[in-house]
Parts: sequence; C-alpha cells; structure tokens
Amino acid sequence: MHNTYIYILVMAVVTYLVRVIPLIFFKNEIKSVFIKSFLHYVPYVTLSVMTFPAIITASGNSLWGIIGFSVAIIVSLIKGSLPLVASCCCLAVYISSLIF
Amino acid sequence: MYVSEKRHLFQRGMKNGLPIGIGYFAVSFSLGIIMRNSGISPLEGLLMSLLNNTSAGEAAAVSIIASGGSYIEMAINQAVINIRYFLMSAALTVHISSNLSIPRRALIGFDITDEIFASLISQKKPVSEYFAWGLAVSTIPMWAAGTMLGIIFGDILSVSIVNALSVALYAMFIAVVIPPAKKDWKILAIVIVSMLSSFVFTLPFLSSHISDGVKIIILTLVISALAAVIWPVKEEGEDA
Repeated sequence: MHNTYIYILVMAVVTYLVRVIPLIFFKNEIKSVFIKSFLHYVPYVTLSVMTFPAIITASGNSLWGIIGFSVAIIVSLIKGSLPLVASCCCLAVYISSLIF
Repeated sequence: MYVSEKRHLFQRGMKNGLPIGIGYFAVSFSLGIIMRNSGISPLEGLLMSLLNNTSAGEAAAVSIIASGGSYIEMAINQAVINIRYFLMSAALTVHISSNLSIPRRALIGFDITDEIFASLISQKKPVSEYFAWGLAVSTIPMWAAGTMLGIIFGDILSVSIVNALSVALYAMFIAVVIPPAKKDWKILAIVIVSMLSSFVFTLPFLSSHISDGVKIIILTLVISALAAVIWPVKEEGEDA
C-alpha cells in the first residue's frame, strides 16, 4: 500500500529539481535546436494526452463528455479564453445531464 | 539596494501576481474537484499544491495515486511532464543577476510556472529576486487555497454540479492547446496525433498493461521527440 504523503514528497522533490537545476548550474541558455524543439512541443503533447479521452469519462457519462468536449473545442476555436471555454464546457455537461 | 527599494519591488511583484493568482484559483479549484473524485483529502491537496504549483503535473499525479502506481513511476512521470520548466529555468539564467547567490536562486526556482516565467522575462534585466518573491507570495497561496476549496466543495455541492465541474480542468487544457493549433498546422497535427494515441492506449489490450502515468511518459517523450526531428523550431524567443 502506498502512502499519499510519500507520493507528494516524491513529486515535490522531482519537480523542484527540474525547476532549480538550470538556475543554479547553467551559465547560458540551452543552445541545442533538438532539445529546444523537443521542450517546445512537450506541453502540447502532454496536455493533449491528458485531456483526451479523460474529458469524455470525467463527468461519469460518455455522452455528456462528448458534448462537453465538442463545446470546448468549438469555443476555443472561436475565442480561446480560459475561463470562457471552461464555463461553456461545464455548462454544456450540466445541461446535457439534465436532458439525457 | 535600500530597504525601501526592495520593499517596492516586492510589492510590485505582489501586484503583478494578483491577476495570475485569481486565474490560478479557478484552475486549482477545478483540479481540486478532480482530486476529490479520486479520494484525495483537503489536507493532501493543499500540501500537494503548496509544494508543486503545476496543474498538469498534479492532475497526472492524481491518476497515479488513484491507480496505486509506484513511486518510481511518479518520479519519472513528474520529471517528463514538468520538463518544460527546465527550459524556462535555463532561459531565466540570463535574466537574473549573475551575482545572485545560490540560496537566492534556489528560492526563485521554487515558483517557476508558465505564467510566472512570462511575468519575470517581461521585466527589465536583471529581474529582481524581490519581484520574483512578490509574485510567488501572491500566487502560491491562491493556487493552494483553490485546490483545497475544490476538494471541500466537491463534497458539498450537488452531484450534477460536481459532474459538470469535473470537466473544467480538461476544458482549460483545451483552451491552452487549441489557439496555437489554430495558427500553426504543425501544432494541430501534434494535438490530434497525441489525442488519438492517448485514446488507443485506453483500449483494453493496452490499458491492462500500461497505466495512465506510464502512458503520459511514453507518449510525451516519443511524440515530442519525433516532432522535434521532423519540425525543428528555428526562431528563438516566444517559443518558451
């Protein structure tokens, strides 16, 4: 059985090291084009992988999830404001849960 | 530097951090709802957010904790998800004074996030450590409080409202990736490939062997590396 506080400690140490090592040891910016490009793409891949299909199942009903996901995509294509996209998506899921 | 000047820079940091902190509150509240759904307690959520300050990292951690993954899986997963902070931190070295002592650098390093980084590099060089600490003081408590309240309210609010709020964090992630994907077809291709691959990994024949935490590690490393080989990023500056 794993302890949640040890999980938290492990993640805190790893995340802190990732943030602090360059600040303490690096004298210059990273020059390698491959590494810079790799790090440039990482957030898009990670966030996409984490979002789909998790968003479909998160609300407990796949149909509500698909509707919420579609609304989030459409709203962020029109206007990519974080609070707006989140509110519309939640509202869509809420309304779907009343109808279906 | 006079004390009054230090105080002034610290206060300016706090002021600049305020709108970031309000945004954080909304995001971490959504994160708290997801934590609550996975059985994380308010105290655990508060501690996790105080020590980590990272939405994607913490959301992934929740699924690792829920599935009972190993500590090694947690460590590698967090290193991979948060590796972008490595780039930001490296870029930041040329924005701070080269005379800054190691303990002071170590303190700045505690609070490097996408938003904090953007705020720091928008300042005149060398950016003051007092400004950075001001930012941290007005953002970290908001992030931590939002998480804890999300978990608490997840228990108080009605089931249908909690169900609806459960998608909020993912919707925010969509709001982060879609606008750049709209402008750059390469990002769009990466987003689509990532989502489809992620879906494939949830099919029974794969998901029974590969946990969420490991899936994120594998897909992030493979897809980002492939993209970096096929489409190297040439221009500098705003890519970070």
